[in-house]
Amino acid sequence: MTKEKTIRVLIAKPGLDGHDRGVKVIARALRDAGMEVIYTGLRQTPEQVVGATEQEDVDVLMLSSLSGAHNHLFPRIMEGLRKRNMSDILVLGGGIIPQDDIPALKTAGIREIFGPGTDTRAIIAFVRENLMRRQARS
Amino acid sequence: MFNRDEAEAIADGFGKWGENFQEQLAKAPEATARFETISGLPVNPLYTPADVSGLDYLRDLGFPGQYPYTRGVQTDMYRGRFWTMRQYAGFGSAEDTNRRFRYLLEQGQTGLSVAFDLPTQIGYDSDHPLALGEVGKVGVAIDSVRDLGVLFEQIPLDQVSTSMTINSPAAILTAMYLAIGGRNGIGPEQLRGTVQNDILKEYIARGTYIFPIRPAMRIVADIIGFCAKNMPQWNSISISGYHMREAGCTAVQEVAFTVADGITYVETALNAGLGVDEIAPRLSFFFAAHQDFFEEIAKFRAARRIWARIMKERFKAKDPRSGMLRYHVQTAGCSLTAQQPFLNILRTGYEALSAVLGGCQSLHTNSYDEALALPTEEAVQIALRTQQIIAYETGVTGTIDPMAGSYCVEQMTDRIETEVEEYLKRIEQIGGVIPAIETGYIQGEIANSAYGYQKKIETKDRIVVGVNQFQIDEPPPEGLLKVRQTVGELQSEKLRILRNERSDGTVRSSLDEIRRVARSTENLMPAIIEAVKAEATIGEICDVLRDVFGEYRGSKSF
Repeated sequence: MTKEKTIRVLIAKPGLDGHDRGVKVIARALRDAGMEVIYTGLRQTPEQVVGATEQEDVDVLMLSSLSGAHNHLFPRIMEGLRKRNMSDILVLGGGIIPQDDIPALKTAGIREIFGPGTDTRAIIAFVRENLMRRQARS
Repeated sequence: MFNRDEAEAIADGFGKWGENFQEQLAKAPEATARFETISGLPVNPLYTPADVSGLDYLRDLGFPGQYPYTRGVQTDMYRGRFWTMRQYAGFGSAEDTNRRFRYLLEQGQTGLSVAFDLPTQIGYDSDHPLALGEVGKVGVAIDSVRDLGVLFEQIPLDQVSTSMTINSPAAILTAMYLAIGGRNGIGPEQLRGTVQNDILKEYIARGTYIFPIRPAMRIVADIIGFCAKNMPQWNSISISGYHMREAGCTAVQEVAFTVADGITYVETALNAGLGVDEIAPRLSFFFAAHQDFFEEIAKFRAARRIWARIMKERFKAKDPRSGMLRYHVQTAGCSLTAQQPFLNILRTGYEALSAVLGGCQSLHTNSYDEALALPTEEAVQIALRTQQIIAYETGVTGTIDPMAGSYCVEQMTDRIETEVEEYLKRIEQIGGVIPAIETGYIQGEIANSAYGYQKKIETKDRIVVGVNQFQIDEPPPEGLLKVRQTVGELQSEKLRILRNERSDGTVRSSLDEIRRVARSTENLMPAIIEAVKAEATIGEICDVLRDVFGEYRGSKSF
């Protein structure tokens, strides 16, 4: 029986936003669920987030923004990932993201957006299910 | 408070009631496994005089406007005038926010509170690469004194008090406000308001730091010292528990960390050669009003008593005003739900009521749509009306500190005070607040509480209506506020014009002077005031200070 590979997750705070309660809670929940979690800290540029994603060799990238800058920041990160051939990474977003903005973010490649009040178990389940599906495909 | 015969009779009665209560429980068990406040303090089914037997009325409560101020800092409290109704507002350009301010004043708001966008708060001009996408989003974009002038157009600064949520660049915004006042013939001694200027909680919870802690504390002391001498009606700091509470800490931690920060600011000012009674009367505070009704009322009362005792016993303050904990309250943003958002009107109403029963000096009530976006005009109006209903309709303002003497509230007040004192001791053992931040102790305590709270929601140990119980299928919300996407370009254009019109030589020499003073131990305020008058931008001034002081790097732990 082979040991299941540990899921590696990078949690990032792009932009100038200082709200980190949500990401810290999610980081702990993912760690308690057996994942390896790396947190970037505050104030990351899109380029820094892309660089950290590559360097840390993660399976999942989670982006959080509550400052309203997501439409500018998230697509730039997705573009950076594409340029460095990391489009296979599962990218999720969270924070205060108006409903109207979600379709465009999904078109840019963000798989799902989780808003306020989300149960951390729903995020964990989503990650596991999507990574499994990806493995099954490859 | 009661004689021995009475005390025995009460104990006897309590024992008999307890037996009946247990019998009742045997038939019908309690609704939840354990009763505790939202912060985890135990809650008894019944409180009696036995719970407050140690209370000494004159020592522990006293009278309103008298030491230890448990019953309020003013002699007449709301019988003289209500608290200041002050809605935190700001978005887009100075023009956009000026319109919102004038709307709020027309609607009966009695004070202003400025929300700045993140580039302004972190000291970047609107055309800086790191400002892209952030300009005008969470607050108003201010680059130079010109923008601040537009922000306060047609607003009489000698009649309204203004609170500015600005921390790292607090000296610059204070200087700009002075300049705007000066242009309108209003002197520094006439200006009323508050500058947040509480840098410690930025490292702990809020995140708009720029400089390393020690030079940042020097700037704080410079502002406090300058205001003590020149701006007698200006609160030179607002020591804030609000953001730590929003980050997830408990009521006890909120008071403990805020008071610990307050002690650190007083010590910093004393080390800078200022006298305690020179600065302490202009210190103000800022707390959250969270959801647990009695706990919050007790928290405010306990905070007043703790601060008064510390100022008297530890700092030997003589001026009675030095021991008065005057504070602003904001209802808990983290209690707002994106689900069934109209319910937030009720949550905010109860929270605001606890703030008023607790004796606040000024209050912001959140709008119901704030878990989704910045509030619309309609949502803000309802929030303001919530305060007006409490003030004009409920009758709770007629009696000062009406919850005093409640066995429950007095016991909770005592309990919070005791637990806060324990935290203060722990922080002292670490060496004070700055080492407690540098080692991550305070941030860790807050993160533990936040995670514990989330787990309680997920296990339904705590019910959040509409989130983990009583959910409904609801359509996506409509009519939310959208900030114009063009604010960034607008601000960049304004900066281009500014840089063309002002005198380069004067700007350059004023920035050189800031650099010189920053390297010395002189007060930075006069040099910053000159630079602001020369129309140097926030970004330019902060760049000079970044160059001299360096930048703080945040932690990656969680």
